[in-house]
Amino acid sequence: MTAQTTALPSKRRQAAGPGHPVSIPGRERQRWLPWAFLAPTILGMGLFTLLPIVASVLLAFFRWDIISAPQFVGLDNFVEAAQDPTVRVSFVNTLVFVALAVSLQLGLALALAILIQERLPSWLRVFFRSAFFFPLILSAASVSIFMRYLFNEQFGVVNWLLSLVGIPAVPWLTTPTGSAAVVILVYVWQNFGFSFLLFIGGLASIPVETYEAASLDGATGWRKHLHVTLPLLSPTTLVASVMAIINALQVFDQPYVLTRGGPGDSTRTAVMVIFESAFQRLEFGQASAIGVILTLIIMAITAAQFRLSKRFVFYQ
Amino acid sequence: MTTLSERTAAPATVTRRKLDWGMVARIVLLVVAAVFILGPVMWTLSTSLRSAAESFQLPPQFLPLNPDFSSYGQVFKQLNMMMLVLNSALVTGLIAVGQMITAALAGYAFANLKFRGKGALFSIVLATMMVPAQVTIVPVFMLIRGMGLSDTLLALILPAIPTAFGTFLMRQYFLGLPGELAEAAAIDGASPWRTFRSVYAPLAMPGLAIVGILAFNFHWNEFFRPLILTISEQNFTLPLGLVSLQGNLGTGSISVVLAGVVLSMIPALVVFIFGQRALRDGLTAGAGK
Repeated sequence: MTAQTTALPSKRRQAAGPGHPVSIPGRERQRWLPWAFLAPTILGMGLFTLLPIVASVLLAFFRWDIISAPQFVGLDNFVEAAQDPTVRVSFVNTLVFVALAVSLQLGLALALAILIQERLPSWLRVFFRSAFFFPLILSAASVSIFMRYLFNEQFGVVNWLLSLVGIPAVPWLTTPTGSAAVVILVYVWQNFGFSFLLFIGGLASIPVETYEAASLDGATGWRKHLHVTLPLLSPTTLVASVMAIINALQVFDQPYVLTRGGPGDSTRTAVMVIFESAFQRLEFGQASAIGVILTLIIMAITAAQFRLSKRFVFYQ
Repeated sequence: MTTLSERTAAPATVTRRKLDWGMVARIVLLVVAAVFILGPVMWTLSTSLRSAAESFQLPPQFLPLNPDFSSYGQVFKQLNMMMLVLNSALVTGLIAVGQMITAALAGYAFANLKFRGKGALFSIVLATMMVPAQVTIVPVFMLIRGMGLSDTLLALILPAIPTAFGTFLMRQYFLGLPGELAEAAAIDGASPWRTFRSVYAPLAMPGLAIVGILAFNFHWNEFFRPLILTISEQNFTLPLGLVSLQGNLGTGSISVVLAGVVLSMIPALVVFIFGQRALRDGLTAGAGK
């Protein structure tokens, strides 16, 4: 029924016991065989992932515009990045964006997952589940294209709807706060379905007996969810929030198409700054340094979250 | 919220005949959410079916009563739509097939073959999943340039074929298949390659479908890499072409841009309708416990 339990039958089996490497007597001479299977992936990843990771870290210590020879500059790129007002503002924007978008995304996803999981005709459940996860399959660029029209100040549908309840036209894409709000709303609109799917899987793994026991003890309604659902769901919540945070830290498509980072620098994000310094200003070293900083932030947040989980997550 | 879920907490006290107000309230909330989610898509579809002159009109028409398909013709005139579709199809198709083949091979080796350094190698493969693509894009761009592939479709295809996630997924899938099959095949005298090709690979088709569908959906929608790795319009993919169309045109042709957007959604929609289960399974597979 749920994604997680049926996703890969292998997972359950794997949990039951280790794999089963096949040893075939008399075929020892084919030592190279596994490497033939692995070659495309290993060579490809070595060339297009591992080498670039190493190069990216090295490049962060050089000044290079592709045309002239690279020049070693020590930590200059990092120092300059830390002092550059645009870089600083874009990192602050990114962190504020992550905080707001991820809380909204997780809250919405959890609420809807709980609503859909309770007694409901099954065709309705299928309909709502499909509807909520539908935006996830669309292109963020295309979504941002049509959302830009929806949020247009003069002829957009959003302001028209607001006018029906007497709210004057909101300058969505021309003010810093408005633009930030649009980027967050459009991002959450498209991505909450992912957290929603994870929560549905998590909810399905909570045994029904737990709720029955809670009911016998007199727990009803939201109290039941507060004392039963939330603690038992905490492993899922952790995974969902780590994934949501990591994805949100890399936001690019929505602000690029919706606002190009403006007005001013109000919606410029970390990845947009990497893109601009590398491919518009040809400061490849600088771009790599900012990329390294972003990666370190991602790693730190991930590590912190798993640390925290030991204290707060309730495993059955 | 209290009334919403009381029903399930104490179902025994509810007589069947009574209208279940908790359920009604829940359905109302869910319908409101669904309207917010599907509304913008419906508006996009209906606006693409209005003539360019009417596309600014308010109040908006959510139901296209007099559909006007001229925008769909226009988008092919104003944009090299055929080329964009072909580019996107070629890039996504080749990436999907390439990922399925390489992931099947590597996943099988990690699951069923014995070799030295397997654990360490697999950890490295998993670790690469954590490094964001945006961070490696600068060296990838230079590598592509060094290989003389700048501004070609191969620049988009080649780096996307090796897949850590697909390898992980296929390893899990192969681990779920019984190991006795390989023993039986070996007794019958089948070579390890034959065992993979004729016994395991056919059984792993559902797993491969997940890898292919995810790759297709991701790369069909991809914007960041094409933006950087392609320069001339003849190598643009659909999302890039549509964004540039919106940029080039002033106001006046919303419906034309939106017609392009709607067309670009069709393949994703087809995948959604026929492969929803695989999509859901694949998307959540990485989060498994």
